[in-house]
Amino acid sequence: MKTSRVLWSVLSVLLLGSMLMAACAPAAAPTAAPADTAAPAATSAPAATVAPAATTAPAATTAAKPAATGSFLDRAMAGEFKGTTVTATGPFVDQDAQKFAATMADFQAKTGITIQYQGSKEFEASIKAAMDAGNAPDVIDFPQPGLLASFAKQGKITDLSKQLDVAAVKANYNPYWIDQSMMPGKDGTPIMAGIWERVNGKGFVYYPKKAFDAAGYKVPTTFAELTTLEDQMVKDGSTPWCIGIESGAATGWVATDWIENIMLRTTTPENYDAWVAGKLPFSSPEVTNAAKIMASIWQNPKYVYGGTATIVKTSFGDSTLPMFDAKGPKCFMNMNGNFITSFFPATAKAGVDYGAFYFPPIDPKYGSPMEVAGDIWGATNTKPEVMAVMQYFTKAEHLKVWMQQGGAIAPQKDADLSWYGSDIDRVVGGAIVNAGTLRFDGSDAMPGAVGAGTFWKEMTSFVSGAEDLPTALKNIDASWPK
Amino acid sequence: MSMNTPESSRKSLISSPVVRAVAALVPLAISLVILTWGFFFVRDLQLVKNTIPQLFIVVIAIIWGVGGVVLLFTTANFFVEQLPELWVHRLQPFIFIGPAILMLTWALVIPTIRTIISAFFDEASVGFVGMKNFVYVFTNPAMLTVFRNNLLWVIFGTTFTVSAGLIVAVLADRSRFEVAAKAMIFMPMAISFVGAGVIWNFVYAAKPVDAPQIGLLNSIVVGFGGQPQAWTAFFQPWNNFFLIVIVIWLQAGYSMVLFSAAIKGIPAEIMEAARVDGATELQVFFQIMIPQIMGTIIAVSTTVVIFTLKIFDVVWVMTGGQYDTSVISTEFYRQYFTYNNNGIGSAIAVVLFIAVIPVMVYNLRQFAQREVF
Repeated sequence: MKTSRVLWSVLSVLLLGSMLMAACAPAAAPTAAPADTAAPAATSAPAATVAPAATTAPAATTAAKPAATGSFLDRAMAGEFKGTTVTATGPFVDQDAQKFAATMADFQAKTGITIQYQGSKEFEASIKAAMDAGNAPDVIDFPQPGLLASFAKQGKITDLSKQLDVAAVKANYNPYWIDQSMMPGKDGTPIMAGIWERVNGKGFVYYPKKAFDAAGYKVPTTFAELTTLEDQMVKDGSTPWCIGIESGAATGWVATDWIENIMLRTTTPENYDAWVAGKLPFSSPEVTNAAKIMASIWQNPKYVYGGTATIVKTSFGDSTLPMFDAKGPKCFMNMNGNFITSFFPATAKAGVDYGAFYFPPIDPKYGSPMEVAGDIWGATNTKPEVMAVMQYFTKAEHLKVWMQQGGAIAPQKDADLSWYGSDIDRVVGGAIVNAGTLRFDGSDAMPGAVGAGTFWKEMTSFVSGAEDLPTALKNIDASWPK
Repeated sequence: MSMNTPESSRKSLISSPVVRAVAALVPLAISLVILTWGFFFVRDLQLVKNTIPQLFIVVIAIIWGVGGVVLLFTTANFFVEQLPELWVHRLQPFIFIGPAILMLTWALVIPTIRTIISAFFDEASVGFVGMKNFVYVFTNPAMLTVFRNNLLWVIFGTTFTVSAGLIVAVLADRSRFEVAAKAMIFMPMAISFVGAGVIWNFVYAAKPVDAPQIGLLNSIVVGFGGQPQAWTAFFQPWNNFFLIVIVIWLQAGYSMVLFSAAIKGIPAEIMEAARVDGATELQVFFQIMIPQIMGTIIAVSTTVVIFTLKIFDVVWVMTGGQYDTSVISTEFYRQYFTYNNNGIGSAIAVVLFIAVIPVMVYNLRQFAQREVF
């Protein structure tokens, strides 16, 4: 009896305590669903009740285009969403996450919106888990549009064309970028699923400028000149190419970039599109030819430093280091996206220690269309502060700090080339904004099972000598999801 | 205690078992309400965390979590104790293991069932596709390579881990340097699989022949005038063995320790008797020692079989499953998370699950029967 009496008194104290806690609990919180769109400002967070705009906001957000009170960005800049938080996630961490924070600092200071970014190296897995669980962050950076497309199809991504001023967005981008952001929604009709925030150009050949110039080499402008240059380097006792394809679980993507770049220079953009869409098989003469041209360089032990053993075992970043060897370059050229400069020695200066040229046209008929890749941001709700962030991404101004620090290329037309911190970035940025024909990185746009799967896998098998080319290409075709 | 009449009449009412049991339900219900409400309270605190200090949320969560568990246990136990004797005996065990069972159900059983269900659905878990995913798993050439690799892992990984451990245990037993030798073999056990992958990536590193070889294996090869090789990429399917070696290196210590203990447990008289009878050392080993420690050998073998079946980290770190080194776990991860194919990913997971079950059951039986630990 005694113990039970003690228990009863403990319980009554607890009951009283819980009543007290209930009384001071944030009353609005239990009903707040992150994706609640009916009356965003009133229920989204208790903070909204202290915001002066709480009464005007719902009216504005229900309108298709917030013309009456100005765009989301204008309203954010006027301080309307002060105190709100926008959560963000993406694949970039460490240095790039710091650059992102730096580039968004101005926005946060002006609008009072807090941006909470949490990056993950296992981004694909973590975002899928978060999406399935229904607690994905407000805005998400996708390095591969295919993943965004799969979430758009499940109806989990906001159609930005219903929220933002589409005409203004279109005016600021090459139409190809807009096309690439339209993805089928849940009912199959295309929605504008994301905003291209920053991009990178591929097919740039980096070379150690000092030694290159000292040896009397000239930047090749045709494929024939490139071959002459390669042979000249071999004759001089050096090696033309530095190549490495090791990249952990993503090993092999460097080979896919090579094939895509060669494809763009040896066939029509329409054929390239058909190939990416799965209509032109890998075993077709066009793709086979591109792979053969790549192999003619890669499998020539005189052309590649260390031969195929080094190719398969060297990480793509480390593969550039022999260009900067203290005793002079061991090899002279590395083809990659402009992000590769992050892997160069910290002391290497753009324009002095290294230069870059665009991989020359192979067949003059097709020129050299630009292969691009990039980061597209999707939103998971229509909260006004989230839309303000998305709208901010459509302006090159938001990237200014990052462009200055290097490593980001702006796809937006209002980007000022003088904002770039390095001459090489300026060349890449100008090339992307002014390019006539752009084509997205094919493997990133293919279904994951091919673009992040068999295309890598079969190319590594081919490069390591385990399979011949026709077998490898046939295996990729067989793996295309039906 | 001295009591007057009204109190004792109240007491008689309370001592009626039904009333007491029903009354005892009240605190249980209240604590359940507090727990549930606390969950939403903490969750919603998180939603508005930019206005509330993180530390405050953490403190609340700890009070709710630890206090809630204590409260729930106390009230539930109190409730059960009010019941008739027979029911106390029937229900009390569940008060103790109930929470554990609930947690296991929630975190293990339900996900397992969901995985099995989604194995029969398409990549977005929307349309029912029947056995299609399993047909793919067992007919796709890439999947067949995966099974072949797993078979290599199970057969060679287990055989070498067990025999290496056994040999070291037997030899160390007669050595003057037993402790030092065993410590050397056991040390890699302290290294995580990912860490071991990184270390062995350096062992296998290949540099161009004119550059300094930072990889141990290639510097030996080049030292003898050979060409540097990419061990984990070339020589398919033998490159798998360069990965299997890592796990043998890691796990031989584990089997050695168990065997060593088992060998020391063999009665000295039996060995003595065999030697007196003129048995050679090999005969003693095969006909006395092995049968005596058979239980340990089976237990160790099944344990190693299970983790080689599930092997993931080493492959993921070393090759990412490229160069035909993919195994069931890496392929499952790739299908589910990289290719976004819930159906095939789940089907592979189910196959792995089914493959592990018999070994697991056998293993548990052995542990129960022979009490090897």
